[in-house]
Amino acid sequence: MRNIWTIARREYRHYFISPIAYIVALLILLVMGIYFLLVLYQSSLMAFYGGATPPETSDLLGLMPFMLLFAGPALTMRLLADEHRTGTLELLLTAPIRDAELIIGKWLGAFLFVLTIIAITLIFPIILHFWLVDPGIDQVLMLSTYLGIILVSGVFLAIGTAISAIFKNQFAALFATLVALFFMWYLIGWPAYVMPSGGEIFRFLGLSDHYFNGFASGSVDVSDIIYYVSLIIFNLFVGTTAIEMRRWQ
Amino acid sequence: MIRVTGLTKDYGARRAIENLSFEARQGEVVGFLGPNGAGKTTTMRILTGYMPPTYGAAEIAGFDVVEESLEVRQRVGYLPETVPLYPEMTVFDYLKFMADLRHLPNAEDMVDDALEMVHMIDRADGYIANLSKGMRQRIGLAQALLHRPEVLILDEPTIGLDPAQVVDVRNIIREVGKERTVLLSTHILTEAQQLCDRVLIINKGHIVAEDTPENLQARLMGAERSLLRVKGEADDLVPVLSKINGIQEVTIRPDGSLEFQYASGLDVRPEVAKTVINSGYELFELSPIHLSLEEIFLELTRDEVSGKKGARHA
Repeated sequence: MRNIWTIARREYRHYFISPIAYIVALLILLVMGIYFLLVLYQSSLMAFYGGATPPETSDLLGLMPFMLLFAGPALTMRLLADEHRTGTLELLLTAPIRDAELIIGKWLGAFLFVLTIIAITLIFPIILHFWLVDPGIDQVLMLSTYLGIILVSGVFLAIGTAISAIFKNQFAALFATLVALFFMWYLIGWPAYVMPSGGEIFRFLGLSDHYFNGFASGSVDVSDIIYYVSLIIFNLFVGTTAIEMRRWQ
Repeated sequence: MIRVTGLTKDYGARRAIENLSFEARQGEVVGFLGPNGAGKTTTMRILTGYMPPTYGAAEIAGFDVVEESLEVRQRVGYLPETVPLYPEMTVFDYLKFMADLRHLPNAEDMVDDALEMVHMIDRADGYIANLSKGMRQRIGLAQALLHRPEVLILDEPTIGLDPAQVVDVRNIIREVGKERTVLLSTHILTEAQQLCDRVLIINKGHIVAEDTPENLQARLMGAERSLLRVKGEADDLVPVLSKINGIQEVTIRPDGSLEFQYASGLDVRPEVAKTVINSGYELFELSPIHLSLEEIFLELTRDEVSGKKGARHA
């Protein structure tokens, strides 16, 4: 446990001196800000014509999963691939820590950094709640949407960490993670929409359905949480196995 | 204490080390001498728990490197060949990170102690990226010494350093080697002679010789050789020289000069010079041939192939 924290803390600090992390954070917050204005503009237009509903948290975070789809791989690509390239992996693999602790610590460092960015975006629903929407926004929907975003980012980063453990080149890890995430987010659920029957299983396997039909619509289902958490655990296990296999090469 | 028995490692179809066995006691500095690709790094990586062997076993401080890997790693300080540093960290932060991973109590004091030992305490707050190669090497050494390990494994600790830095690093190793077990690899013979109580010569994954540096030297130089160059053809000199008492072998080199071998301690060179002059030849050159490290390796590996020749040197 203590080793996980030591690894995570170093990794978290590293993001604050990494240009890529700053670019990622800046882009997310900038796009979120612009999108916030657009949502406000649209709902004020609709209010002008009558019959409008006030904007909700799920509207504000509408672009968030799409942005995390790119941000996740950019943040995880170097986690282990770069340590392998520079030789510092040898230091970590001969230190008295377990391979699983290393992988979990790496993931946790990235996860804490994304949580920091997500925490900053809380400013938009807060503005909405206290100053713009009367009598305030749906707080349950807000919490469930944020829980969904947090879990989705956890899954994205776990997949990225596992893939970074496989590759020695961080850009190979980047592209492999992008492909994996696009597949898991968009493609895998697709048969559900074209197959006349029996396609439900594919929609369940995909990442996006649990988010849009679950968390982002205000209904938190335990099975959705279990699905995301088990994906995180599974991918961290894959990452650990990749490191162990590297030892046996 | 290090105990290695029958260690073998295969990388796919290639066998990196084969049936390696040796021991290193506490307070002993053991040198691993061999050309590049001989299997030194592979052996060290197995001993430090970086990777498991294909066959065989190794024990460090009484713990098995595969079964009790974490115990072993707690007791080993390891400096890999490419010094593993994070350039974006300060020296202190880097060592503090390693101290935290090792759960050291009063970690900050131990970091200071380690920096003191390698004379880098004044650079504690500097970024690793700004350090010279020699300084980085010393920080790597500080990392290996940090937790005062029972066993120290150093992979080519002086490679790429300038002469002054080499002396510095060797002094540190000699200092810490007094009460610990040190296994260091090198391909510099003089370094092994200066630092090590015992030398293992390894080639193509086999230990080809194991002895103190002095014994090894004496054994390899058991027969001394000299080069003789005269004006004109020297072929007729061969039978004449062979008669001199003490000369074991006379051969003609491709360039026309002669090479003769004699038992060490019985210097026949004045006699050779006299004989050459008396036979009516003009002497150009008479010089000793020193065994270079390359020749020692060649010699030892040739011994391995034909046991008879080895027996003569022994």
